[in-house]
Amino acid sequence: MTDSKYFTTTKKGEIFELKAELNSDKKEKKKEAVKKVIASMTVGKDVSALFPDVVNCMQTDNLELKKLVYLYLMNYAKSQPDMAIMAVNTFVKDCEDLNPLIRALAVRTMGCIRVDKITEYLCEPLRKCLKDEDPYVRKTAAVCVAKLHDINAQLVEDQGFLDTLKDLISDSNPMVVANAVAALSEIAESHPNSNLLDLNPQTINKLLTALNECTEWGQIFILDCLASYLPRDDRESQSICERVTPRLSHANSAVVLSAVKVLMKFMEMLPKDLDYYGTLLKKLAPPLVTLLSAEPELQYVALRNINLIVQKRPEILKHEMKVFFVKYNDPIYVKLEKLDIMIRLASQANIAQVLAELKEYATEVDVDFVRKAVRAIGRCAIKVEQSAERCVSTLLDLIQTKVNYVVQEAIVVIKDIFRKYPNKYESVIATLCENLDSLDEPEARAAMIWIVGEYAERIDNADELLESFLEGFHDESTQVQLQLLTAIVKLFLKKPTETQELVQQVLSLATQDSDNPDLRDRGYIYWRLLSTDPVAAKEVVLAEKPLISEETDLIEPTLLEELICHIGTLASVYHKPPSAFVEGSRGVQHKRLPPRAGSGESTESPDVGQSGPSEAPPAVIPSQGDLLGDLLNLDLAPPTATVPSVQPSMQMGAMDLLGGGLDSLLGGDIGGSPSMGAGLGAAPAAMPASLGGAPAVGGGLGDLFDLGGGVGMPTGSYVAPKTVWLLAMKAKGLEISGTFARRGGIIQMDLSLTNKAMSVMTDFAIQFNRNSFGLAPAGPLQVLTPLSPNQTIDVSLPLSTSGPVMKMEPLNNLQVAVKNNIDVFYFSCQYPLSLLFVEDGKMDRQVFLATWKDIPNDNEAQFQIKDIHLNSDVASNKLQGSNIFTIAKRTVEGQDMLYQSVKLTNGIWVLAEMRIQTGNPNYTLSIKCRAPEVCPFVYQCYELVLKN
Amino acid sequence: MIGGLFIYNHKGEVLISRVYRDDIGRNAVDAFRVNVIHARQQVRSPVTNIARTSFFHVKRSNIWLAAVTKQNVNAAMVFEFLYKMCDVMTAYFGKISEENIKNNFVLIYELLDEILDFGYPQNSETGALKTFITQQGIKSQHHTKEEQSQITSQVTGQIGWRREGIKYRRNELFLDVLESVNLLMSPQGQVLSAHVSGRVVMKSYLSGMPECKFGMNDKIVIDKQGKGGTTDDSGKSELGGSGKQSIAIDDCTFHQCVRLSKFDSERSISFIPPDGEYELMRYRTTKDIILPFRVIPLVREVGRTKLEVKVVIKSNFKPSLLAQKIEVRIPTPLNTSGVQVICMKGKAKYKASENAIVWKIKRMAGMKESQISAEIELLPTNDKKKWARPPISMNFEVPFAPSGLKVRYLKVFEPKLNYSDHDVIKWVRYIGRSGIYETRC
Repeated sequence: MTDSKYFTTTKKGEIFELKAELNSDKKEKKKEAVKKVIASMTVGKDVSALFPDVVNCMQTDNLELKKLVYLYLMNYAKSQPDMAIMAVNTFVKDCEDLNPLIRALAVRTMGCIRVDKITEYLCEPLRKCLKDEDPYVRKTAAVCVAKLHDINAQLVEDQGFLDTLKDLISDSNPMVVANAVAALSEIAESHPNSNLLDLNPQTINKLLTALNECTEWGQIFILDCLASYLPRDDRESQSICERVTPRLSHANSAVVLSAVKVLMKFMEMLPKDLDYYGTLLKKLAPPLVTLLSAEPELQYVALRNINLIVQKRPEILKHEMKVFFVKYNDPIYVKLEKLDIMIRLASQANIAQVLAELKEYATEVDVDFVRKAVRAIGRCAIKVEQSAERCVSTLLDLIQTKVNYVVQEAIVVIKDIFRKYPNKYESVIATLCENLDSLDEPEARAAMIWIVGEYAERIDNADELLESFLEGFHDESTQVQLQLLTAIVKLFLKKPTETQELVQQVLSLATQDSDNPDLRDRGYIYWRLLSTDPVAAKEVVLAEKPLISEETDLIEPTLLEELICHIGTLASVYHKPPSAFVEGSRGVQHKRLPPRAGSGESTESPDVGQSGPSEAPPAVIPSQGDLLGDLLNLDLAPPTATVPSVQPSMQMGAMDLLGGGLDSLLGGDIGGSPSMGAGLGAAPAAMPASLGGAPAVGGGLGDLFDLGGGVGMPTGSYVAPKTVWLLAMKAKGLEISGTFARRGGIIQMDLSLTNKAMSVMTDFAIQFNRNSFGLAPAGPLQVLTPLSPNQTIDVSLPLSTSGPVMKMEPLNNLQVAVKNNIDVFYFSCQYPLSLLFVEDGKMDRQVFLATWKDIPNDNEAQFQIKDIHLNSDVASNKLQGSNIFTIAKRTVEGQDMLYQSVKLTNGIWVLAEMRIQTGNPNYTLSIKCRAPEVCPFVYQCYELVLKN
Repeated sequence: MIGGLFIYNHKGEVLISRVYRDDIGRNAVDAFRVNVIHARQQVRSPVTNIARTSFFHVKRSNIWLAAVTKQNVNAAMVFEFLYKMCDVMTAYFGKISEENIKNNFVLIYELLDEILDFGYPQNSETGALKTFITQQGIKSQHHTKEEQSQITSQVTGQIGWRREGIKYRRNELFLDVLESVNLLMSPQGQVLSAHVSGRVVMKSYLSGMPECKFGMNDKIVIDKQGKGGTTDDSGKSELGGSGKQSIAIDDCTFHQCVRLSKFDSERSISFIPPDGEYELMRYRTTKDIILPFRVIPLVREVGRTKLEVKVVIKSNFKPSLLAQKIEVRIPTPLNTSGVQVICMKGKAKYKASENAIVWKIKRMAGMKESQISAEIELLPTNDKKKWARPPISMNFEVPFAPSGLKVRYLKVFEPKLNYSDHDVIKWVRYIGRSGIYETRC
């Protein structure tokens, strides 16, 4: 019984010996040999050379031996595809075995062998197994469909396995249902819009029934699947919640967390005044607390999730502060997470207890934990005003311990306290100054320098202190250098007589001796300010600063909503959307909470803002990654809610840039400190967008932000007939067809919405993804009456071109999301570029000539427009109707040459030369533009206009 | 889903490696070894992301179990599965150690093939697994057709934790109510926080497919019944666990055999139990806890070099009951040079290495009190910081449930076999232990 001996053989010629043993006549010896092979495989030795010999052992009655051979096959078949075929016969035979365990084993193993030829042979047995009389075989076959899909998705679709799999959702055996749900969910993930799961009240009911009967794991699959369902109304939402709540008492924490996910999501749809809403809130707290008595790893997962839940719905756990107190034997990862939640739950009611705990923690051993505890004290001070004084004195006590990292951390947080409560605790500055020498971390040094600069007038030797830092100026980190520069300028403005020399010194260090562009720029700005108008400088530099906000590290609301939809999963542990850590298509789809109950009029994000009266949704600076290229990240509230926040800053890009920069220069900004004032938050948030958007379109495109929409006369431009953009079958019965038009200088999207479903549709809203020319709805989608079945409504949606810009492929592609009471649907369509031809696009002749010459010949594109039977004047008139203006006409040897200009909404000029030969129906069109990528699209417009 | 599962020894050598998904390569095995097992720093998180691959790990003695994935899996499920796998392995071959794993590697591969399919956990109840995954491996060929279908229907069935056809000559069950009582008390005797976390562990040796119903003095149930008619609601809580009428349970969780929807609607606990030992439920209470001991500390500083400590403990339960394994731990300052102790009962010792006086009493009956006094000599120090005075902690074991929980009944019905509830021999035992039981001084 001591199999461990297999792990020890490492002599030479081992493979050779094994080969001999594998081919032995004795069964026992064979089995021993296979075991040795598996042991070698486990430790990473390459035993693929034995492939034929091992496969030969496959034909056996001994189930244990068979399983070992299968294990070997799964590992090596891919590297030996030709020889793997040898195994096919046995597999196919096993799939017909009388013993269901063997049938299942064969189909399970075959699915793990990623060799095309084996896969081919898998289809027939799999089809049989999916309908096997034995549930054990069926549940194995269900998972096998997912395996096959991973190898060859097309095959699965062609063979109709998806439908069989869907049928299994109605299977009598709960485990078969659970596995089918798991397989379908996985397959659906790689087809985000396929509607594969097709959840409707009937299937939901089946799932809820199976939920009561299947294994703990099956319950998790089903709950996770349920979470992706969007109930039709609050009644359905409530009835699902009622049937899910019993799961909160399950011993398996994953079942509990998945149930919490479903409840947190569906709760959004319940009206807040409903009694049941309150009951549900109360029911959520005890199971969350119970999760904290699980094993530490699970506690960690639970705590990361509670951190999200507390941000989303603080009321659930507000009375449970004590359970988050740290225990001495908690692993460090649990301690750190508990600390985070304690701060989130801190309020006036419990602050005394919290502070007592935090003070205790600050004397622990683990450095990270201690630092975080100190920082937490500072955050309490900022969050709960009444406690600020006590927090400050606690911090001072801690500074007295002289433990280096404690002191540094304390100084960093005291700086933030000063920023929140200016002119209140300056008496402690003296104590802080005593510790100046012990500060060796940039953040702490920068914080201390900021304090000295800010309160320079009350510190007698401020100049000496700052001067002492100046000596090693070039060795300091940028953070410290910037702070030092600002602090000295402040000092100079406060005590100009004594510090002139100092300020000159720092300005020259920053501007002449430094390579850092930030530092130099800031230096120059100060220098010029001071030299041109010292009074203005004083007003600017010493202006009153906005207070920092209370919560400094909240997760951005849209991300938070997404993470709530991922409760229990890795995303909730990392606090990152799945797209940040999952490769490929899987999980890139963004999940959304269902629209709030009675949405329509309320656009504020719910509940997050219990923080205070100052602002309802806390302004959180989104990370750049979220702003850029976030394809499906469309906010589904009516567009008015989100667009304006980005739009103004886009139009006045330059101004904002300066505004934001100045604000941060005003002294509020200490390096990477995340706590900018809420008011300032918006400006820097928009900057990455404008900076990121512009280069994407290409520098040649010129000024993107120029609206240039001069008022032109109404012209009869060509409007294409409506085409179907969204098929009813893909959108739960909603069909959308549409077209674009430019009428009197206004761009419009004409839509026909048809309801082909059985129920009434309401609550329509529309939103565009960023696109090449910044097209965005200029108002909400006006569908005033509910859309009854078989009814069609025509709507005209005015568009603006001031939305966010991102280059699309193709250039005129527009991705649209339409929401109604049922779901959100996505489609994309292409607009004719003529939509963007503005009315004042007639260029001066001289300018035309100069520009034509100026644009390099490389940028010229030639096209043929065939079969046009118009003379040049008619053509020219027709084109003018679509804002393509003829500037000059020349006739040379029977050829009419028309010179034309077009201006796009974003200020791009397109110049064209059209040659028309009498009698020849083919026109030649040469287009020149600084942004050559638009040429083919301009050509398309020509063709469309001339042919219609 | 889970992409692969690895088991390592303390040196980071692979003992088991099973890959379920194509996106997990062999290099994942090494990545975990290098970045986690061999990492210089202490483990900062049970979830590690290395090059877009996530590793979940748990440790059992010096064995590492790691689950690997590249997808956004259900993290809670992965950990639950890892624990479950440990349970299954323990049920099969005992302690999880390098030797046991090497000795049973074939069995482990067989189990891994069965309980995890394409990374999706499947039935992992040992009761069911043991019917067809056996250490002999060959047994399955001798199954008759009926036996086979019985196995598969059990593995996939609604009652995956119990097999059919179990027979005992004597139908017997044991219920253990195990509680751990936690307390933080101020020097003045005010309760700062107290809670009980309890478990009901059941050992069942019952024939057939018994339908069980468990009842306890849950306040919600009792109140509901009380409303129905006139019951003597006079029972005031007595001392010593003999009985409060009912207790308020903050929260409870159940083994998967319990029908949760029934508990949710009727608050009744009904189930078909697994065979053998398992944990039926866990619960937590915070109200009206019976604190078995009260600690009354008295610390006096005599000058700068001497401390006088007096601690009285009072047992607060029925005189007929006996507490055991009592230990009181009185912290002493770091600059203690010598200690003299006098105690009325038990033995007390100053342990310099632990900076504490440890006072042990083997047994103590209810409603008694005992006292210890100590004189602590201190070395003079320059340290201005005052001694932080850590709390006095206590350990003990008592034969009742400090939460006041009472088992009211456990009814057994087996419709097919002819034994009735009366024929089942039932044993109930209550054990209350100290969790973190501290009194500040």
